[in-house]
Amino acid sequence: MSELALPKIDNSILNRKSEIVKNLSKLTDKENVLSEADELRPYETDALSVYTQTPLAVVLPENTDEVSEILKYCYSQNIKVVPRGAGTGLSGGALPLQDAILLGLGKFNKILEIDYKNKCVVTQPGVTNLGITHAVQQKGFYYAPDPSSQLACSIGGNVAENSGGVHSLKYGTTTNNILGVQMVMMDGTICRFGGKSFDQEGYDLMGLICGSEGLLGVVTEVTVKILKTPDVVRAALIGFPSIKEGGDAASEIISSGIVPAGMEIMDKALIEATDNFSKAGYPRDAELLLIVELDGTESEVNELIRKVEAICKKNNCSSLKLSNSEKERLSFWAGRKAAFPACGAMAPDYYCMDGSIPRGKLAEALLEIKKLSEKYGLPVANCFHAGDGNLHPLIMFDGNDKEQLRKTEEFGSEILKTCVRLGGVITGEHGVGIEKRELMCEMFNDNDIQQQLSIKKSLDEKNLLNPGKVYPILRKCAEEGRVHVHKNKDKFPDLPRF
Amino acid sequence: MSTKIKINSQIFQDSNNVYYPKDEVEVSDLIRELYKQDSPTEIIGNNSKSFIGNKTQSANTTSLSKISGIIDYRPEELYIKIKACTPINEIEKVLSENSQELAFEPIDFGYIKDGKSNKGTIAGYLSCNYAGSRRFKVGSVRDHVLGFKGVNGKGDIIKSGGTVVKNVTGYDLSKLIAGSFGTLVALTEITLKVLPKKDSSKTVIIYPNNFEQIYDLFNKLSSSSSEISGAVFIPEQSNDKEFSAKRNNVFKFNDLKSKVSFVAFRVEGDKISIEEKINNLKKELELNNSDISTLDVYQSEPFWKKINNLEVFEKTEHNLIRMVIPPANGSKLSKYLENNHNYFIDWCGSLFWIEVNSKKEEKIKDLKKMANDFGGYLTVIKTSSEYDYGESIFTVDKVRLMISEKVKQSFDPKRILNPGKMYRGV
Repeated sequence: MSELALPKIDNSILNRKSEIVKNLSKLTDKENVLSEADELRPYETDALSVYTQTPLAVVLPENTDEVSEILKYCYSQNIKVVPRGAGTGLSGGALPLQDAILLGLGKFNKILEIDYKNKCVVTQPGVTNLGITHAVQQKGFYYAPDPSSQLACSIGGNVAENSGGVHSLKYGTTTNNILGVQMVMMDGTICRFGGKSFDQEGYDLMGLICGSEGLLGVVTEVTVKILKTPDVVRAALIGFPSIKEGGDAASEIISSGIVPAGMEIMDKALIEATDNFSKAGYPRDAELLLIVELDGTESEVNELIRKVEAICKKNNCSSLKLSNSEKERLSFWAGRKAAFPACGAMAPDYYCMDGSIPRGKLAEALLEIKKLSEKYGLPVANCFHAGDGNLHPLIMFDGNDKEQLRKTEEFGSEILKTCVRLGGVITGEHGVGIEKRELMCEMFNDNDIQQQLSIKKSLDEKNLLNPGKVYPILRKCAEEGRVHVHKNKDKFPDLPRF
Repeated sequence: MSTKIKINSQIFQDSNNVYYPKDEVEVSDLIRELYKQDSPTEIIGNNSKSFIGNKTQSANTTSLSKISGIIDYRPEELYIKIKACTPINEIEKVLSENSQELAFEPIDFGYIKDGKSNKGTIAGYLSCNYAGSRRFKVGSVRDHVLGFKGVNGKGDIIKSGGTVVKNVTGYDLSKLIAGSFGTLVALTEITLKVLPKKDSSKTVIIYPNNFEQIYDLFNKLSSSSSEISGAVFIPEQSNDKEFSAKRNNVFKFNDLKSKVSFVAFRVEGDKISIEEKINNLKKELELNNSDISTLDVYQSEPFWKKINNLEVFEKTEHNLIRMVIPPANGSKLSKYLENNHNYFIDWCGSLFWIEVNSKKEEKIKDLKKMANDFGGYLTVIKTSSEYDYGESIFTVDKVRLMISEKVKQSFDPKRILNPGKMYRGV
């Protein structure tokens, strides 16, 4: 892995470690401050586990006032702070720094209020995404954004990354599903944006915080909107003899006026890999597999299924299966959700890329990726959230072979540049973090980046909060930007990644 | 306030000294020059909503109205990229040809302004972020912006976002621009998410007996999986004869008893699922023995237009307030409003449009206190001629004001763009 540039280390902070630890212990329970090597080890990395770094100390505050006091102290002493939720992020956004304290929000794990009358849940940021749905599902409600790591990822982290999921075309990402946040700024100021009502007046500061990757403030409370679970959910599993026909069908579904709850595409390499791995019963003769999920009332879903069926037949689908039970619907998804481990089983290592492209450019993108795969001599499998244009190519390689690793990095970088060239972006949902920093200049020019940096400066003038993330340190578009998984040992191997 | 200055550029200026830059480069040149000379400017589009907000403290006026036209419309990609001052009508027309729409249902503020339809431009819309009745289901204007281009207060052309819905590349500045009243950037280009238009719609009218029943209906409607896309309460308002006559006239429909209080909810979709949803809702709302009526699509569509045009407040000369609160506090507010002000409720119990027929700003202060206590906010959308701006027309707390000043500073350090339009100092 190439050397990672990080902010210059402040040796005076390192030298003052014991004093800093002592002072932090006055601001929260002593037990909540970790400083011994063995205590710090679990916090060395997030889910982008190729990069590791031991933090100066870890602090695990228990309430907003403690967060405020800790930040105030760090601000006055010029100590850098890296916030961390559940540590499931794939772009290294919570990678510690040697001279920074790691502020873990794991103790903020309570749901504070379930308010059915206002259709919202007030929660602490350390509660998991799925934990919210679990808390309200007995009354028939759920929280819509569903990142694949929803079992483990925290809602605070979702706010930081503006997480989406399979259903984001129809239901939006985190920013469209939260009503308010409480946040602490780097100087310790506690602020509240939004609440239980829609659309705060004035600058949409909640919208700014959402997706800011922990650079502007530390979120200590989130109010999320909950929705009523749809009456009926059905899925269709459709095989196509060519990429073009499948891609056209997906485009036609959207342009015919259907907004599917979810729509996924897998290429031949991935169909085979996942079917071998999970025995999902996918059509192995197909070049492209489309999974379309529709929800609503019974007659609504039946009508939509009828339309989808007609469109797929018109585009020469080679197979078409409809789910007739909840069990069958989940089985359609089983293979797709096993995409990452399936690739892990095929090669010692894989890189997961995350770019977005306009839906209609899928065939073009896949063709380009195929050419690159031949150029670099590395196999690749592709999955694609066709509903919202989010593409996840998985490059397979052997990390022990340094030359292959270098080629993989180059390959990945070329894929993301292709996404930008096709009118897309370098990250759909994993965030920029440290891994795609240097690719920011593929999308933004100096003016754009300067404006963003000047917002950062206005809210964190000393640049102490999560420095070194998101924005390029070296102004070169280096070949970085993937999730590296060695011997299928993802940091969270049990989490579905899609 | 600075005095009029000479701008060394070829940008067209009309007889009222309004600048009309024709593209982003001219906007950039103009603002760069104004920045150098410390001379602020008001930013306007088609002037349809310029009455909203404070009067700006500036010597110059810049109209972006020449920056108009559709750049790229991809129905199958569900997005449209447009120049900032493209009229909403033009956008809606093109979308409609492809059976698509701006799902947030733009409000036509022309009716309250001077009784004439004027939806204005997309930049104006985004700058105000006021969505119509469908908001509680589909989100606001800010939820439909995918990206933008514009010029900040230093004259730099900046962009953010893109054309795709999933994008976490850098800060989401599109959200920040929504509702910023032109105080951060002069917009030149906007990309919006568009959605398919529903085949048909029907509206069910219920005549409730008391406030508890109204909010019980709202609560059940928003808890149903048979998604509704609009729910309003129109009170009877018999103590103001003039208003009452206007109201009854606006809501004159064959299948609507317009003279009494009513709750109306809209169901959209294909014809079969509309019937299914209405039947489900009738059961959930226990309406089987109640007095209800149904507006078919030919009545339903104009009904919601009248709601979104704020036609009951057409040409109002009083203060018109927009208040948003969590719906669970709505019945308390309705009870207070009943004998005090003319009003109606939208967004399934969350949005209140209130006409304050009083010269005293005290009344607005009282309402603002209620909005705060209930966990919401209010904006005085239109002020009466007596309003002397003693009470701010926006709601903002100290901390948010402090952060807003910092954000403003980062885009527009010399306060060149629409200074004071929103808050003093911003």
